[in-house]
Amino acid sequence: MRETTGAKSFRIVVLTLLSIFTIVPVYVMVTSAMKPLADVQGAFTWWPSSVTFAPFIDMWKTVRLADYFVNSLIVAGSATILSLIIAIFASYAISRYRFRGRTIFSTTVLSTQMFPGVLFLLPLFLIFVNINSTLGIQLVGTRLGLVITYLTFSLPFSIWMLAGYFDGIPHELDEAAKVDGCGPMGALLRVVLPAARPGLIAVAIYSFMTSWGEVLFASVMTTDANRTLAVGLQLYSTQTNVYWNQIMAASLVVSIPVVIGFLLLQRNFVAGLTAGAVK
Amino acid sequence: MSATTTTPKTSSPGSSPAGKTRKPRQAGWWLPYALLGPAILFELVIHVIPMFTGIWMSFLRLTKAFISNWGKAPVTGLQNYTVALDFNSAVGAGLLRSFLITCAFTLLVVGLAWVIGMAAAVALQKEFWGRGFFRTLFLVPYALPMYAGIIAWKFMLQKDTGAVNHFLFDNLGLGGDKPFWLIGDNAFWSIVVVAIWRLWPFAFLMLMAGLQSIPGEVYEASAVDGAKPLRQWSSITLPMLRPVNMVLILVMFLWTFNDFNTPFVLFGTAQPPAGDLISFHIYNASFLTWNFGSGAAMSVLLLIFLLIVSGIYLLVLNRRSRRA
Repeated sequence: MRETTGAKSFRIVVLTLLSIFTIVPVYVMVTSAMKPLADVQGAFTWWPSSVTFAPFIDMWKTVRLADYFVNSLIVAGSATILSLIIAIFASYAISRYRFRGRTIFSTTVLSTQMFPGVLFLLPLFLIFVNINSTLGIQLVGTRLGLVITYLTFSLPFSIWMLAGYFDGIPHELDEAAKVDGCGPMGALLRVVLPAARPGLIAVAIYSFMTSWGEVLFASVMTTDANRTLAVGLQLYSTQTNVYWNQIMAASLVVSIPVVIGFLLLQRNFVAGLTAGAVK
Repeated sequence: MSATTTTPKTSSPGSSPAGKTRKPRQAGWWLPYALLGPAILFELVIHVIPMFTGIWMSFLRLTKAFISNWGKAPVTGLQNYTVALDFNSAVGAGLLRSFLITCAFTLLVVGLAWVIGMAAAVALQKEFWGRGFFRTLFLVPYALPMYAGIIAWKFMLQKDTGAVNHFLFDNLGLGGDKPFWLIGDNAFWSIVVVAIWRLWPFAFLMLMAGLQSIPGEVYEASAVDGAKPLRQWSSITLPMLRPVNMVLILVMFLWTFNDFNTPFVLFGTAQPPAGDLISFHIYNASFLTWNFGSGAAMSVLLLIFLLIVSGIYLLVLNRRSRRA
């Protein structure tokens, strides 16, 4: 099929403009991270007056970036694993069983997505404080509190996407496994999960990114002990001197793990979306 | 989806030795509930119970004096609501202005993010050299942690040291003084651009996934019939993407209307009135005045508004396309 000139010029214009729009902030981040302090305190330049990697070293000293990095890694990693396990079970139930309350559960879980975060931020904070005083489990200012909060943020979308993905796996496969002597759990573990790998990867990426980038709850629920990168990065600007080069260097470094992970696995993500969310 | 759920169970009992493990259907009735158990537990603890607590708090005079012992806060009935909705008072006027700004913000951001995402998805629909590169590039803003992207914009929007003013005034040679972008009325345009930058890749991703499910033969057949690209888009692409668009627009609306991160990271403690989105407004109203009852009442009003809009949206669209 021949492409019309109109379609071709549309493509060129769209791709050029969007590439510029997309890349400029990233370009500024990368080049500013390699500028000496004088460069970022004076008028902006598109290129560093002298390229330096000092910001990548100094940034660890200005704020306790390494600690925040570890906190974010543990919190986002744990939240992702737990949320994935919980979502697998819930989606399997929704996809494979017809039971009383199925529709209510699905709609309720999805509708929690529309709750404004500010509505349950403070109540949750107060509940955590009360749990601490009655049960002795400390949830405010600990990683545990953040983990259980974050895992629920990605849960609704994960369940929805995975249930759609499981629906696309023929029931005959489970039935065959059951005939061969697997229980329902065996069928899930040995047949459904291996077939749903792209969907699982998509959900895991989504969960990890959600936790890694969360700001609102982190700004209230974290103390110095469990501060995550989302809050930690803001501390650079409260210093007497705004070290923009170090901020950009730090932003770059904390972005690299998620960006590379996401871009490597994006095909799975798109496949997961196609099967699950897009029906 | 509906095709697979109605598939008849084809396993015949007794055809294999494992047939003896087949239990009567009733025996495992609890299994789906057990599978849902953990999800229900966490949703209850983190979402449902706090939401009802929040609704309860909205009827209390929950000020700083009662914060450590909030069970003792006096019940004030609807007073928090009447204050929030009295648009002649300072509190009500502030809330109304923030609400209107958020409406304009949401309309612009969702609308433009959808248009841009659609343009990019269509431009990358056909195979060509470099397609994979652009697809990866366009996902970068979505892949970046939210705050990292916003912080980069914050630096670019600085008055004297930022890239935006440098480009407009030094590179393009615009006359006049360099404006502030994060203070004053320009703050509105700043959050709109930053929010679009962050959101459009998601629209692109969803639409691209949707486009993959449209068979190429449909386009070929219509091309044989002489349909031009624009015509193909409006009579094939758009109708076939309807189910995607239904979900996509609702999700983008809810995210954008509740957006807290963009103003919070972009403005920090500066809070320009023009960039005062509603979540940010409620957060500041609660934590600056320490009047959490009033903040809870505003959040409940926000939730009611979102429920009504989503409800109407789903009702109208479901009526038009009832699924089998």
